Amino acid sequence: MRPLTSRRVLGICLLLLAVLFVAVVISLRMGAYPISVRDIVMTLFNGALGRRERIPSEFWLVVFGLRLPRIALGILVGAALSTAGAGFQALLRNPLADPYVLGVSSGAALGAILSLIALPFTPGAIQAAAFAGAAATIAAVYFLGRRGGQLDSATLLLAGIVAATFLSAVIIFLMTSLSGRDLRGMAFWLMGDLSSSPAVNLRWLYLVLIIALGSIYTTSADLNLILTGEQEARHLGVNVNRVKLVVYVAASVLTGLAVSVSGAIGYVGLLVPHVMRMLFGTDYRLLIPTSAIGGAIIIVVADLLARTIVAPTELPVGAMTAIAGAPVFIYLMRRRVR
Amino acid sequence: MNASKEDRALASQAISLRGAPQACLKVEQTSYAYAATDRSAPEFTLGPVSFEAKEHELVAILGPNASGKSTLLKLLAGLEKPLAGRIEVDGAEISTLDLRTRAKRIALVQQESELLFPVRVWEYVLQGRYPHGRRLRFESDGDFLTVGNALSQVGAEALRDRWMEHISGGEKQRVILARALAQQPSLLLLDEPTQHLDIGGKVELLRRLRRLADEGRHTVLIVTHELDLAAEFSDRIVLLHKGKCLRVGKPAEVYESDLLEEVFEAPLQVEIRSGERPRVILRGNG
Repeated sequence: MRPLTSRRVLGICLLLLAVLFVAVVISLRMGAYPISVRDIVMTLFNGALGRRERIPSEFWLVVFGLRLPRIALGILVGAALSTAGAGFQALLRNPLADPYVLGVSSGAALGAILSLIALPFTPGAIQAAAFAGAAATIAAVYFLGRRGGQLDSATLLLAGIVAATFLSAVIIFLMTSLSGRDLRGMAFWLMGDLSSSPAVNLRWLYLVLIIALGSIYTTSADLNLILTGEQEARHLGVNVNRVKLVVYVAASVLTGLAVSVSGAIGYVGLLVPHVMRMLFGTDYRLLIPTSAIGGAIIIVVADLLARTIVAPTELPVGAMTAIAGAPVFIYLMRRRVR
Repeated sequence: MNASKEDRALASQAISLRGAPQACLKVEQTSYAYAATDRSAPEFTLGPVSFEAKEHELVAILGPNASGKSTLLKLLAGLEKPLAGRIEVDGAEISTLDLRTRAKRIALVQQESELLFPVRVWEYVLQGRYPHGRRLRFESDGDFLTVGNALSQVGAEALRDRWMEHISGGEKQRVILARALAQQPSLLLLDEPTQHLDIGGKVELLRRLRRLADEGRHTVLIVTHELDLAAEFSDRIVLLHKGKCLRVGKPAEVYESDLLEEVFEAPLQVEIRSGERPRVILRGNG
């Protein structure tokens, strides 16, 4: 018996944050301009203390101007997608749930593209539209995934795959017929990458991330019980409908947030929560924060590989996560069938 | 002056209440009906049902299939609201209680649950402490003590660190019961607890429930169609037939050959020797 305490949660999170820091430093080191690990750490340290005058200007430009914004974006996207995945898995009582697999990311991407066509210069419109697309898609998949009033695991996944294919086709149709306009590339929306910087200030996006993560975290003790069964959770005093609403909205916000800045990156929301469960157990009070940090680590590393494997060309980061994620999905699916 | 008198009066009342077992469960003229649609005539009606149960009592809701047992259990658990009448637990009508307070007073043991991710036995039993904690609060030493006690009450201490998916059906049922005990409820409800057990398992479970009722601070209520087990172990029987409550009382008051034959549609004979519990015998053709 090893009880979960707030100290244990904090300790594990600090450990993972240290891993994330190492990944960030390695990622900062890689690129055309050579810069040593020592210089990176010094630059970060002085930057954090606000002592800009001590940093050589070329280091400042490379670290804070060019490489860190992209990494910060990756951290945001990874944390958002992984937490959304863990949330959807509990909400739908399906261990294979993931924003990409369920078509939610495609719905968010379609929403984002439509807002770029209709309201190209409104700040925040793309995020709001991506959220609306995500929320509408998950609602549709939820109702299509029911059989005889019950949520059926296989039907749900099929509904998600159908939704993803259909929405991707609509995206391809729109992109092809509107090719003259500045809507970013098709590969961006269908596969996801981190190469273009968002029009909205990162601080606002991080604020939304923290609010959504926090809301899901407040339900984590309830989610533990909902995983045993909604009916049983009700007997034990959980307000199941309220919890489901919070998770539904927050996970849709997180998906919309990630997709609006990076396109539809796949399998992170599936991969990361499962690895964290294997490492630290199924308690959502630990799973939510570890998934968020773990997702950040995975995206930072995946983007590092995407930038360097076939340098000077770049792969979309979504290609990296799909190459790693698809086999894991198959493995998890087969293990459940057995 | 007045206040202190009032205090004393309340205090003496509290003492007298503590002395004698109070009515923990009170069901008054409760009825329920359901229909396929809002407008169509009800397909099934239950009640009115009235009975009371005290601490330390073991009550059996007895009846054949489709007699309304499960519906009554749902009403008692607060999952459905009665159309008419009241159901009180510890003096409070259950439909007025918020979910957590209700879960502190009423625990429901159903057939085994389907787990999505593997959990260990102690983690599962710890879920029973949920209504006693605040949101997100991490469990205290007291909670773990309660979990340990609950496991030992059902004789499952040895299973503590095992995975739920690796233990047998009978063991799982005991663990589910332990989780309900960890809720420390006044009313412990069990839905057909003997369904998947062989005769040895059934007797063992009923003995355990009898002991829980005797030693604990709760009323135990089971839904069952097992005539012989209900006669042997319960203090009070509520006999249901086609949604009607036919009789409430001690086994000897409820068990009559003609009545049971009619209700269960089987050739049954009841034998009652003085001072003993009734026995039900299945008559052959002869």
